[in-house]
This record gives sequence, structure tokens and C-alpha cells, in this order.
Amino acid sequence: MSYRSSVDIYTEWDIVAARQMGRNEAKKTGFGTVDQARITTAISELARNIYLYAGKGKIEIERISENGFFGIKIIASDEGPGISDLRKVMEDGYSTSGGLGAGMPGVKRLMDDFKVVSEPGVGTTITAKKWLH
Amino acid sequence: MPREVGRQYKEILKKYIDSQSEEDLYVGQQFSRRFIEKQIAPEDVISIHKTALLELLPDLQEEVWDSMDFLIEMMIHYGLTLREHQSLIRKQEVMQMEMNVATQVQGTLLKTSTPNVKGLDVGWVSQPAHQMNGDYVYFLNENQHVASVAVADVMGKGIPAALCMSMIKFGMDGLEQGDTDPRAVLDVINRIVEKSVDNSMFISMFYGKYDGCSSTFSYSSAGHEPALYYHAASGTFMELDAKGLLLGIKTDVVYEEHTVEMQEGDFIAMMTDGVTETRTEEGFIEIGEIQQLLKDVRDQSAQKMAEHLYNELAGLQEYRLGDDFTIVIFKKDPEEV
Repeated sequence: MSYRSSVDIYTEWDIVAARQMGRNEAKKTGFGTVDQARITTAISELARNIYLYAGKGKIEIERISENGFFGIKIIASDEGPGISDLRKVMEDGYSTSGGLGAGMPGVKRLMDDFKVVSEPGVGTTITAKKWLH
Repeated sequence: MPREVGRQYKEILKKYIDSQSEEDLYVGQQFSRRFIEKQIAPEDVISIHKTALLELLPDLQEEVWDSMDFLIEMMIHYGLTLREHQSLIRKQEVMQMEMNVATQVQGTLLKTSTPNVKGLDVGWVSQPAHQMNGDYVYFLNENQHVASVAVADVMGKGIPAALCMSMIKFGMDGLEQGDTDPRAVLDVINRIVEKSVDNSMFISMFYGKYDGCSSTFSYSSAGHEPALYYHAASGTFMELDAKGLLLGIKTDVVYEEHTVEMQEGDFIAMMTDGVTETRTEEGFIEIGEIQQLLKDVRDQSAQKMAEHLYNELAGLQEYRLGDDFTIVIFKKDPEEV
């Protein structure tokens, strides 16, 4: 039985709300301070991409367990323009959010598991998981 | 493993807090290498520090622990940037290896053998400024009396130039059965280049053909440096130039073709602008200096002449070539006539 909480992203303040929700869930799952910070940063980056490039979308957080392991799952989805060149976006040095953005490779590094499904004109869904070690 | 590192870190930190000696700082500095070796991220270092401090001085103010959590948050992006750099460095190493292989491939691909024609002495030097050569020399030895040479220069250097080069090479290879008169050759190569290369790539080419039966040298040029023709009887140089547009710009270019008759002791030097635009401290070298350098060694073999010119001009630039350097010399052998 999984419990999923969700935050709609419309404004920059919603990014903060998504961070807060992520940190709370990470804490409840049992992650330490550093991993809480990593999970929160990943959520922050994903939410910011939605805010900057899709305009609106949502962040969902779910506490998960598999084969006796516990973890957290982030789902970031939007109905924005989509990503036409996924390979390019996943390259180091290519940061879509510019400046401070960690970009997709950064989010991937912060988490253990990372999947992108994107269709130009339809939208993007990113699923990322992190496990308690 | 981080637990072990954390334990050791705590010991070193404790010593330092107790005595604050330079020695402890030195030990700490040595220890910091372990963090790097074990690829411990900056945010983890702070976490290790916080954990150690919690055990050593548990009664510190709450604000201290909060500030550490804040610092951890601050370090997440540093950690990411560090890992990104590490991955870019690995990528660069891979690219350098590929580049080395590409250079070898280029060397094999562009190999050409010096023609063997009675009465003609051929010598040449082609040296890249960087790793890959943007100059190209291609010899065609049609039969025992006829030898041709193409000297090409792709403007720009490195990989794009090298890729362009292989295309010219395959164009030239296709010529062996066809018409090898200079203007016909440039016409064919121009069409190939025009079809395959985008407009930002400029290629100049000089094509010369020596016929031992008539001792004549015919040539055409696609916007290339004029060749130097040394007339032994008068001891003077003449420029061999022919009108024609650079390769690959238009299809319907008409290339001029001219012919000179060579006497014994005459030689023709075909070059790229890496030779004529040799830069010294005083500016570009004068063409007269190049002529003099060649004239000084006119009694030596064509190969020695080419090497002499290269050594002298490279020496002037302290062996740091500003551009790819190529010279080909066709010399009419006196002994053979």
C-alpha cells in the first residue's frame, strides 16, 4: 500500500512547497541529513525545470519498498513542450536551467535511479528513486 | 568504509581541538587526500565533521548543528560540479585517445609514394602544425614517363580539414583510369568537393603534370599559391600561376592550364601558404628569401632541397609552425639527359 503526496507547480513558491514535502518524506523514510539534502535538491531542480520550461506541472513523492529495501520515489510530470534531444540533455556540461542548474545529469547523480519519458508537444515525465543503504 | 574514515577524522580533529598545533594541521592536510581518493563528496565531508563534533563536543549550542545542516545544503551543488568535472576529464581522455588513433588513420590513408620517372628528381616535405595535417600531397605515377602531383591546402586545421582530405584522396584515386590533364583533374575534384562539402570549407589545390617525353610541365591551380619555377640557364625564378576559383564554391569553373618546357637543372617548387607565409619576428618572410634558400642548394637532390627549406624556415620560427607546411620539388635531372 503506497501513499503518494503531490504538489502542483505553478509559481516559484510551489518549488519551495515541493522541497518541503520531499524533505519531510525523506526524513520519515529514514534518510540522513546529507541524503535529505540530495533528495531535496533533486526535487528542487525538477520543479524548477517544470516552472521554467513547461509553465505548470506537478511533483509527486512516494515512499516505496522493494525486496525489503526502503526508499523514496519522485515523479515530476508536465504537459510542456517536451525534450526533443534526450541524449543532449543528459550530457555533462549541457545544463538546461543555466547558471545554478544542476541539469539532468546532476539530478541523476543525486538519485539512484532515473528515467525520462518525453514526447515533443506532449510533455515530460521524470521518475527518480533513491534507496536507503 | 566511510565509517572508518569518520573514526580517523574524529581522532585527528580531537587532537587539533586539544592542542591546535601545526603538526595536527599537517596530519589533517595529509588526511584530506583520503577524502579525495575515496571520492567522498564535499557534503559528506561536512557530515563527517558534524558527526565527529557531535561526539566530541555534544553540548554545543543548537545553532551550531543547524548551521552545519545549512552548510551541507550549500555543498550539494559543489559536489555535483566536482563529479561533473571528473566525468568531463574522463571524456577528454577518451577523445585524446581517439584523436591519436585518427592521426594514425590519417597517416595510413594519405600515404602516397614518390613517383619514379626517368630524368625527374622528386623531393617533398609535409609537416602539420598541430596533430593532424590540413595540407595534402598526392602523387600519380601514370607510367614511366609521366608523373603528376596535387598539392592541396584546406583552410582551417585539425579534424575538419583532415576529414575533407580523405574525400579529396578518394577523388584522386578515381582518376587513375581517367583524364589526368591538370584542368580536367581540377574540374573533377571541384565537382566532388562542391557536392560533399559545406560552403564554410575552402580548399585550394595546385596540380602539376610532368611529361618526360617532351620535358614539359603542365599545371592548373584552384586558388592556390603560385609555384616557383627556377630557370637554370638564366639563374632566375618565375612564378607559375593559373587562374581558377577555390575548390567547391561553384561547379562551372573553368580552370586555366599552362605549360612550361623544362631544361636540365630547372626545378619547380610547389608550396602551401604555410611556406610562403612563414612568420618571423620581423613579419612575413619575403618570397625572395625562399628563392635564395632554394637557389643555395640547387645542386643537391630535390629531397635535400625540400628538407633544407623546411629546416631553415622551421628554424626561423623556432620549430613552432604557425601553419601546416608543405613543399614539393620537381627537378629536371641533368645527368639523365
